[in-house]
Amino acid sequence: MALNPKKHEMPAQDPQVRAHNFDEVALGYTEEMAVSEAQRCLNCKNKPCVAGCPVNVNIPDFIMKIKEKDYEGAYQIINKTSTLPAVCGRVCPQETQCEAKCTMGIKFEPVGIGRLERYVADWHNENATEKAVAPESNGHKVAVVGSGPSGLTCAGDLAKKGYKVSVFEALHTAGGVLVYGIPEFRLPKAIVAREVEGLKDLGVDVETNVIIGKTLTVDELFDMGYEAVFIGSGAGLPSFMNIPGESLKGVYSANEYLTRSNLMKAFRDDPKTPIMKGGNVAVVGGGNVAMDAARTALRLGADHVYIVYRRSMEELPARAEEVEHAKEEGIDFRLLNNPVEILGYNNPDDPRDPKNGFVTGIRCIRMELGEPDASGRRRPVPIEGSEFELDVDAVIMAIGTSPNPLIKNTTAGLEVNRRGGIVVNEDGLTSREAVYAGGDAVTGAATVISAMGAGKLAAASIDKYLSSK
Amino acid sequence: MYKIVRRKALRPTVTQLEIEAPLVARKAKPGQFIILRVNEEGERIPLTVAGVNPEEGTVKIIFQVVGATTELLNHVPEGGYLQDFVGPLGNATETEGINKVCIVGGGVGCAIAMPVAQEFHRLGADVTSIIGFRSEDLVILEDEFNECSNKLIVMTDDGTYGRQGNVTVPLDEMLSAGEKFDMIITIGPLVMMKFVTLTAKKYDAPITVSMSPIMIDGTGMCGGCRLTLNTEEGPKMKFACVDGPDFNGYEVDFDEAISRGRMYFDYERHAYEETCNLFRQAENA
Repeated sequence: MALNPKKHEMPAQDPQVRAHNFDEVALGYTEEMAVSEAQRCLNCKNKPCVAGCPVNVNIPDFIMKIKEKDYEGAYQIINKTSTLPAVCGRVCPQETQCEAKCTMGIKFEPVGIGRLERYVADWHNENATEKAVAPESNGHKVAVVGSGPSGLTCAGDLAKKGYKVSVFEALHTAGGVLVYGIPEFRLPKAIVAREVEGLKDLGVDVETNVIIGKTLTVDELFDMGYEAVFIGSGAGLPSFMNIPGESLKGVYSANEYLTRSNLMKAFRDDPKTPIMKGGNVAVVGGGNVAMDAARTALRLGADHVYIVYRRSMEELPARAEEVEHAKEEGIDFRLLNNPVEILGYNNPDDPRDPKNGFVTGIRCIRMELGEPDASGRRRPVPIEGSEFELDVDAVIMAIGTSPNPLIKNTTAGLEVNRRGGIVVNEDGLTSREAVYAGGDAVTGAATVISAMGAGKLAAASIDKYLSSK
Repeated sequence: MYKIVRRKALRPTVTQLEIEAPLVARKAKPGQFIILRVNEEGERIPLTVAGVNPEEGTVKIIFQVVGATTELLNHVPEGGYLQDFVGPLGNATETEGINKVCIVGGGVGCAIAMPVAQEFHRLGADVTSIIGFRSEDLVILEDEFNECSNKLIVMTDDGTYGRQGNVTVPLDEMLSAGEKFDMIITIGPLVMMKFVTLTAKKYDAPITVSMSPIMIDGTGMCGGCRLTLNTEEGPKMKFACVDGPDFNGYEVDFDEAISRGRMYFDYERHAYEETCNLFRQAENA
């Protein structure tokens, strides 16, 4: 049988339709597509894809199970190393990880590993009847700070080994960025909730509304009998550009905008939490968060949505699939543009004019690419005299975050780097004994899967530490 | 879920709740706040802690019905439950080195000012309190302030109780008479705090203001609570939840904060009316 040089296309909602709803964009493979895609895997001996995966999922093995139509078997293989397959199958940047290493990819398109992973996870969630069972306790207690991807992974791995794990979450719903950050149309919240339930079945205790650094401190966790602590507290405080007009009404951090829509359900018809809807929207930034914010704005009823990014498409850091989807939906990419000022309405004759203080536009300057900078990317340089204005009603800043100081400020001896990220060694251990950390709290804003990798590493280190104690 | 252990109507639209939240009760200090959600669908609203009972594990909050969520909160009975209750958030009010303090509270802001006044009293400081209300029927916590203040002045805008006028009047009188405070601390509506700050500035008196902007998470994540401080080194963006809520009054850009506070004004008014209508319908049914 001749090999299909291309991976099976992912069925998706029509762009014109999906731009106006919050239902999932990608619809998932059918069984026929999954089996056929699995047959594209060469099952090569050296398995380069596995090395490309931050949690080393045994990719060829699970794909072989799909070929045999043993989907539960495939799931069990993934589940050995990954805690959140239904999540990873949706949000991992496979094109730079497993699929980038795929042998098929040398001559043709790589195997659609992410799509197959999603198929298997969804199959399991729909068809598996047996709940996970908590293993026999080993008598050790571990506290996990934050219920995002790193925390959930760390908790899951430790629970499977018999540790009694408590996860402390600051918000009212578990899931961290998977719940407040990534929108429903890319990662349905029911899937996250199911993964969290799965952890509870394993005996993990999830405490919402507890802010470590405020409600409890790391030291108090040890006083309470936890023998090790993993800090996966996430990205932290949103950055702004420090340009005039950022305090105008209608300027949001992407964190705030996405949290209002995703966590607080402002996207619904009759929301209890308000959000600005409609009009023209400019999103500043080029990462996945910027794509999420732009596509959310569109779905909330914006007439026109711009992505304003200071470099070119080549440097744009968002996952390729998200950029493609955004373009299909009509997001207007204004590349090599940088905002210099946000403009607002001001009626000097009537200080009580209700429109006063609301955003009316954004002034940008055109950029060109100069010499490579420290990141290796060509540095964008402003073109003098090239300023122009876009008429917008809202501006969303998606230009990154800086680490949250709450834990650092209340944990004596916890070393942080110049940027405020927690310093860890190769085992994920911080400068404090028995305190481990990982994910964005360490690296600054990164990906779900790299956070999961860090959670996994820390879980292994904690296991080694506590079992030798 | 968090149980409402005791509920007391201080005034028709001002209610005091004591809520079972042992971890918060153990930690909360005067000046800090909590965030709550009334029900599964509800919005997150910040409210300042009005007192704690660590032995009983309860936290006291006082709120005025001003919108949809506070209206909803006001309908939860004693023995009922709140969906979420998290804290303590923000930094405690700085008390170090302050031996003579003037607390200026306005409206329901007095509920926040009260534990601060009590804390200074407990620490042995000389406490002058000026509390102001729109009208007699909104006066709250007079007895509590009396107990912890060396001097208490009650003001109403319409003169129906106490002295007539706003809180800046007696403050100006005292400062112009040469009275010196180590710190003036003001808590209340933004416009009031702006004018209390201007009064203090006339006499170079140090002043701390307690900001309560719109926020979601309260841990620094959303940045919705940002405000501008005009410092000697130029304007600086601060987040009220992690950097505050207390700030040097001289530095706060009040006009910007007032403008930002009205961002969802139309939405809020509409939501409030809808909620009131729902309760009215339920009562009539």
